[in-house]
Amino acid sequence: MLQIFIDLVLTILDTIWDVLPIAVIIFGFQLLILRKPIPNLKKIITGFVLVLLGLGFFLEGLEAALFPLGKLMAQQLTDPAFIAAGNPDGIIDWWDYKWIYLFGFAIGFSTTIAEPALLAVAIKANQVSAGSIGIWGLRIAVAIGVAIGIALGVFRIITGTPLYWYIITGYVFVMIQTIYAPRLIIALAYDSGGVTTSTVTVPLVAALGLGLSSTVPGRNPLLDGFGLIAFASLFPIMSVMAYAQLSEWSARRSKPTPPT
Amino acid sequence: MKSLQAILTSLLESLRDLLPIILVIGFFQFAVLQEPIPNFGEIALGIIFVVIGLTLFVQGLNMGLFPIGETMARSFASKGNLFLLLVFSFALGFGTTIAEPALIAVADEAAIVAATGNMIENSLQSMESYALGLRITVAFSVGFAIVIGVFRIIKGWPVQYLIIIGYSGVVLMTFFAPREIIGIAYDSGGVTTSTITVPLVTALGVGLASSIKGRNPMIDGFGLIAFASLTPMIFVMAYGMVV
Repeated sequence: MLQIFIDLVLTILDTIWDVLPIAVIIFGFQLLILRKPIPNLKKIITGFVLVLLGLGFFLEGLEAALFPLGKLMAQQLTDPAFIAAGNPDGIIDWWDYKWIYLFGFAIGFSTTIAEPALLAVAIKANQVSAGSIGIWGLRIAVAIGVAIGIALGVFRIITGTPLYWYIITGYVFVMIQTIYAPRLIIALAYDSGGVTTSTVTVPLVAALGLGLSSTVPGRNPLLDGFGLIAFASLFPIMSVMAYAQLSEWSARRSKPTPPT
Repeated sequence: MKSLQAILTSLLESLRDLLPIILVIGFFQFAVLQEPIPNFGEIALGIIFVVIGLTLFVQGLNMGLFPIGETMARSFASKGNLFLLLVFSFALGFGTTIAEPALIAVADEAAIVAATGNMIENSLQSMESYALGLRITVAFSVGFAIVIGVFRIIKGWPVQYLIIIGYSGVVLMTFFAPREIIGIAYDSGGVTTSTITVPLVTALGVGLASSIKGRNPMIDGFGLIAFASLTPMIFVMAYGMVV
């Protein structure tokens, strides 16, 4: 129990070390090159300290509680004995991995909801759009995208189909959707692909990919274990555009479009 | 009294953000795997840490990261020095990526893949230099991406044209890159943007778009992260071809 508090201090020190270059660049440019004072400097420094402490607590908590359990779970679910247990005839096909699809979907959705970077972007988008983009609407749209992405990525590892087929098809789909999506959402949708996969999602999803590719016969973890993150960054782009298209469509149906 | 209530509210909000993970892990542990939770006390404490951490982070976001990003954007816009702005953009992209822990992990992983696939010599030294080269490549590509993205905001180019070019680059490189590197390259796009970089870069983009006349913060302000997750894929595949 004491160990966790020592680890907490170490994690906070690590976070400070990670943030140092960013702080040097920002304050260096602002004070030495642009030579402008920073308004509310005290408040901003307090904010930085809170972010550092917050990330320290967050990472240590994940490390102590959720990651070991989630990684163990990914191992147990991909264990050949567990997969064969639900399958009396002894022939394993792609459907016998059903719990893993569900796990991939659920873990993709739930870790995305807890992702701090996505929360930050959602808060900003909500401010900038004067409330017309809901914080929860965006987060749920992204989370559904990640969930579908991970489930499909799991299917790809199990069937052993080449990664780039899916990614290139996804790109084509994103481009077609871009033509029809409301203009205001496009940049935000592209951004949401990159922010989803960070502190919470990556370790758990990587464990799932690694576990799966080392137990499915014929898969090589070094070649097939990668790619889940790519799925998780591609599908939110589609789901966020779809969210905007759906809300535009329902707004148009419920009342005549006001002049803009 | 009022501030205590505010703290309590934001703690509850953080707990709500975390609830889905707790439910998912609980469901799989009890209903599917049918195993008890090991060392329950430590896990409960960890969850409390996560809730506290998320609450502090969101507070700090609104007090520190968002305002400083916007202040920088305004300073640059009023200074009117494009070159300085682009130097800053590169430094921000490069500086935040080179030390990114997730990237370090992926680079080490990639070195193992390259050594196993006989792309490089199977020795510790060559693997280390391969991983370092990869990190510098990715950091450079993120710096490059922020420069392009900032330039786009200033010019007001539609984001989708640049994304189409980027996607075409990824597809083209996929045909030429060694097969072993493709998975890592695709993944590297997602891992580069960290929890601190994202709010800063977003605030910078939105701040720039709001201080330049004729730009819409919603249409022009977002998109920097998208570039930062696209260029590493191209550069990592290029790295795999050259090394």
